[in-house]
Amino acid sequence: MQLYLPIADIPVNVFLILAMGAAVGFVSGMFGIGGGFLMTPLLIFVGIAPAVAVASVASHIAASSFSGAISYWRRRAIDPLLAAVLLTGGTIGTALGVWTFTFLRSLGQLDLMIALSYVILLTTVGGLMFWEGLRALLRVRRGGAVTLRKPGSHGWVHGLPLKVRFKRSKIYLSVIPVVMVGLVIGFIGAVMGIGGGFILVPLMIYLLRVPTSTVIGTSMVLTLVTMTFATMLHAVTNHLVDAVLALILMIGGVTGAQFGARAGQKIRGEHLRLLLGLLVLAVGIRFAVELVIRPQDLFSIRESGGGGPP
Amino acid sequence: MRLRTLLVTLSLATATSAAAPVQAERLIVSVSNHRVTVTPNYSGGELVLFGSVEKDDRTQPHQGSYDLVVTVSGPRADMVTRRKERKFGIWINTDSRQFLQVPGYLALFSNRPFDQIASPEVQRRQQLGLNNVLLTQRVGTDYADVVPNDAFRSAYVRLRSEHGLYREATSAVTFLTPTLFRTGIPLPAEVPIGTYNVEIKLFADGALVTKAETAFEIVKVGFEQFVATTARQNGFVYGLVTAFMALMTGWMASIVFRKD
Repeated sequence: MQLYLPIADIPVNVFLILAMGAAVGFVSGMFGIGGGFLMTPLLIFVGIAPAVAVASVASHIAASSFSGAISYWRRRAIDPLLAAVLLTGGTIGTALGVWTFTFLRSLGQLDLMIALSYVILLTTVGGLMFWEGLRALLRVRRGGAVTLRKPGSHGWVHGLPLKVRFKRSKIYLSVIPVVMVGLVIGFIGAVMGIGGGFILVPLMIYLLRVPTSTVIGTSMVLTLVTMTFATMLHAVTNHLVDAVLALILMIGGVTGAQFGARAGQKIRGEHLRLLLGLLVLAVGIRFAVELVIRPQDLFSIRESGGGGPP
Repeated sequence: MRLRTLLVTLSLATATSAAAPVQAERLIVSVSNHRVTVTPNYSGGELVLFGSVEKDDRTQPHQGSYDLVVTVSGPRADMVTRRKERKFGIWINTDSRQFLQVPGYLALFSNRPFDQIASPEVQRRQQLGLNNVLLTQRVGTDYADVVPNDAFRSAYVRLRSEHGLYREATSAVTFLTPTLFRTGIPLPAEVPIGTYNVEIKLFADGALVTKAETAFEIVKVGFEQFVATTARQNGFVYGLVTAFMALMTGWMASIVFRKD
């Protein structure tokens, strides 16, 4: 069934988009991530303009993280204070990100920057995850204990001032690194159309030493608010949010996520991380290839608002 | 003083037009539909332009036949053409040109090749053919049209032609009788909405005899168009509704799939 997307301005097959949403939802449910880093590239590869893909996926992530956040809230697996501090940074970061997005778009370099940041971020994070997963796997093979968190070890992060006690997470931590993490995630989320869960969760575990009991729920609250905010800002400044596209993605995504979550429980943690690392790496490499090979058409045209003849 | 000059000019103008009834052909034209509505599942269509060359008794009989050139131009907008180049091993947009107020749709139809209708000079002056149509570029602080084989200009025309938005057909106008003619105006699925001007120029013996103008309008209807218009005009409300829709979908999912 063909459907015309009003903002993306192209006709698409509803079932293709629905299937993409479900597939990404499955993966996101399995790994407990938002899946924006898969959704945005897939949409770009189908032919949707990168700018529209980034802006529309924001609302899709808002939907999936909201349903996730609700279930974590019921299980009391969200640290409200930690979420609030993260959000102060996240909101500023999102606003900065949308502003950068608009600026790059006016320069005509937005598509390049989206592709470049995907290459850099995904190959780095994917490579690290893959390496980490591989090492953990080898350790398990050799019969060693898996230690993710070394209790009592304090990094430079813990020497910073403005310390606050986050009760539900049972940590005593400076707000500075928390705000900074929120800022970075908000920024890259708005520019790249990702929730940032796959970076946020490791950052919170390794850098802020947030316990695993509250880490995913709290990160979902940050993703939810930054992505809802990003949807609003993209709609107001760039008019690029395609609500029809977003709705199809949401429906596919939330459904797929349920089956993914069940599948994820059957796979061992180390295998899961190794798989996720491979997936992230593959998407990064796909973008790199796209940049290096000669494009079919060297020229492109686009409407440029304003600036008529005198 | 100025008024008198104006009066003199006016009377002179009427005098010349009255004194030169050498060729008094008149063009009567009409399009099959003045208001085309495009629905979301519109996959392209065609308008028909009909017309006839009217002569009165003062018209001098002339040798040979008439030639017609029909120019259809859609709503105008500024466009940017960008060129990718290889820098640091990757392909990035480097050079760009801005085209000012160029039509979103442009079609040129005639009954025979343009170079058989008129001399190159007349072709250029009357903008016959895609190579002769004026496409103003901003070059630095200057506004100019460049030579037809300019890389950016030809890339722009080529990209537009690939989408069926720019076209040229030198056999599209058919004379049903020596004075009655028709031509089809193909409108692809991606036609921009707005007002379209149709200019019909009549040539005889390589010179412009007379011209006529008509117009039609393309409007898009349906839910998709409503969404697109709202997104552009009421960004804030649109954003709120989209964000609310996202939260509702997420909430619904958490109820439907609730396990505990």
